[in-house]
Amino acid sequence: MEVKIKSMKHEDFKDNEYIDKLVEELNASGANVAVGNLNQLINWGISNSLWPLTFGTSCCAIEFMSLGAARYDMARFGFEVARNSPRQADYIMVQGTIVHRMAPAMRRLYDQLAEPKYVIACGGCAVSGGPFKNSYCVVPGVDKILPVDVYIPGCPPRPEAFFYGLMQLQRKIKVQKFFGGINRKEKREEFFAAHPEDRGKLS
Amino acid sequence: MSDIKEIISGICPEAEFVEGGESLQVNVPESKWHDFAKALHDDRRLDFDVLTAVVGMDWKESLGVMYYLTSTSRGWDILEVKVEAPDAKNPFIHTVSDIWKVALFQEREVYDFFGIKFINHPDMRRMFLRNDWVGYPLRKDYDADPAKNPIRLEDEINEDDTCSYVEDEKGKIKRVPGKVFEDDEYVVNFGPQHPSTHGVMRMRASVDGETIKKVDMVSGYIHRGMEKLSEGLTYPQILHFTDRMDYMSAHQNRHCLCLCIEKALGLEVPRRAQVIRVMMDELMRISSHLLAFGCTAMDLGATTAFFYGFREREQVLDIFEKTCGARMSMNYNVIGGVIADLHPDFQKDVKELIRIMPERLKEYHTLFTGNIIAQNRLKNVGILSKEDAINYAITGPSGRGSNWSNDTRKVRPYSIYSELKFDEVLESGCDSYARYMVRMREIEESCKILAQLVDNIPEGDIRAMNVPKVIKLPVGHWYQQVEASRGAFGVYIESDGTKNPYRVHFQSPCFNLIGVMDLCCQGYMIADLITIGAALDFVIPDIDR
Repeated sequence: MEVKIKSMKHEDFKDNEYIDKLVEELNASGANVAVGNLNQLINWGISNSLWPLTFGTSCCAIEFMSLGAARYDMARFGFEVARNSPRQADYIMVQGTIVHRMAPAMRRLYDQLAEPKYVIACGGCAVSGGPFKNSYCVVPGVDKILPVDVYIPGCPPRPEAFFYGLMQLQRKIKVQKFFGGINRKEKREEFFAAHPEDRGKLS
Repeated sequence: MSDIKEIISGICPEAEFVEGGESLQVNVPESKWHDFAKALHDDRRLDFDVLTAVVGMDWKESLGVMYYLTSTSRGWDILEVKVEAPDAKNPFIHTVSDIWKVALFQEREVYDFFGIKFINHPDMRRMFLRNDWVGYPLRKDYDADPAKNPIRLEDEINEDDTCSYVEDEKGKIKRVPGKVFEDDEYVVNFGPQHPSTHGVMRMRASVDGETIKKVDMVSGYIHRGMEKLSEGLTYPQILHFTDRMDYMSAHQNRHCLCLCIEKALGLEVPRRAQVIRVMMDELMRISSHLLAFGCTAMDLGATTAFFYGFREREQVLDIFEKTCGARMSMNYNVIGGVIADLHPDFQKDVKELIRIMPERLKEYHTLFTGNIIAQNRLKNVGILSKEDAINYAITGPSGRGSNWSNDTRKVRPYSIYSELKFDEVLESGCDSYARYMVRMREIEESCKILAQLVDNIPEGDIRAMNVPKVIKLPVGHWYQQVEASRGAFGVYIESDGTKNPYRVHFQSPCFNLIGVMDLCCQGYMIADLITIGAALDFVIPDIDR
């Protein structure tokens, strides 16, 4: 099985090893024909109608607005409906620095997203704290408080980089198992193993 | 200035004058400060009606505040007042928030960073940091151990608690607890995650039916501690922070910091670099006002107008990208000039932009400005009188919408602005519509400036040749202002002669804008909160820094 994205050829992606590995894992675990096909159908649906939660804290948010405007037009990929309520969104795109005061609010937003949910860390600040890593009140990377699916580097990333990251998320969704042993759940288990104090709060 | 000295000595004989700095500095004992401040403001001969900057300081042996005052009636002369807290262990200074309302928030910032408590200040809460934060981060002896302030994932408690420090007749200071909102008030919370707060600002509005009674602005959701970080970096290294403060005034902010450092070093910037800097500043202003137009429209529900604003903004970003190599966070100005020469297409692209802009502005006005909904939502909403604008130090397009002439490019020209022909845009409506119109008309003025310069870019170096390899500023302090897209942006640098600054303070225009939200919103409908915020046009990372 090859993971296909309509907008970009497989060989044009730079890191196919990891997606090939995910496909291998998926094939190894096996699924019957009916469930497998249903999975594919649902994943095709999810990956082509990814609605983001607008969560911009700084510069990256302005580039995200450019993405929504006519020139870059993310509607072409099915990302167009930016939602303001986490209840209606599929993924949270962290655009900008997360500071100590924001951390509880950020975490609550993540908890409010409906499953299946994804997180994209956009820009240097969300990836690692960026230029403010050494500050007294900056969270050095949003992965300290949330499980992250895709990292988009840049300060801020170009709109093309946003698209590349979003397409990576689409590919990742296409190899997930919606029915049974969902990849996401395993990831959450990993996360809880690292943060045992959060188990009660999140589930 | 000598007559000012005499008047000041007459009012306050204890005042000491320090000369040799860039402007007159007065040291005043704390016990005399409040009366002296009142005289500075009320005495018609002095008439210091604008409190430009409040800079908290830790001089190691003492804590204190530097106040930068200026007078609109007397040519915008700057007076520095240094006030030291008598007891460094338990620092107290009298508030001036009853004289200059802008100090209400400015003093809270100083309290947050340095732990200096202001006597008689009505609301002594933390400004940026969580209310359970341990320590005061900008003090030199701050313990940065992450174990003391770990990432807390629980919400802050007792958000409504505030306090003030009151002095009785015997001079004893007493802490009086208070509440931001009373128990019987109905409070609506906006943000920090809300699409119309233009970032992560949190507003709590107490409402009576649909009428707003009070707005409490809770800031700090993107406070990154740039001022503290700067103290550990060299001067060229701190430049990049300015691009990430108000990212819609990246060029102007960086220009300001470069000017301040160049002033301290006594560097002469080549003419070509100066012209390039001014052109970039004006392009940035156009892109910023276009974004403000788009966002104001979108906040009112006119999503189409947003696309039009962004269409032209992309054109400006293309110009930046060709020359600076980035669409945002350009990192273009450097100490002594600019980092790279202009792209060969620069002049052609700028001319094209100037050519299309008047037509496009007409289109915006037809599409949005003339629309009856826009008119009703903006006109006579969020009234801010000229007196209040001055008292709250609301500079930039928002202040000029209240007919207050405060354009730094005109009143205290820097770089080559004194040679250029352009008008300061003023509107006398004092409402959201006036502020919106100032921005639209400023786009025309910026085009005018660009048109004058585009064919007159002189040949020559783009960077001064005599910039030292290791930049060390002499001992002293400097303050520089430029006109950023949203008002007067100031940089304060204090140097102790080493290659790192001793203290850097960024005085951002948006910080003052949120101070006026409560005043502007009172008595209007809850839906107007969004339009008033949109017309004031604040950028949150600029406030929080």
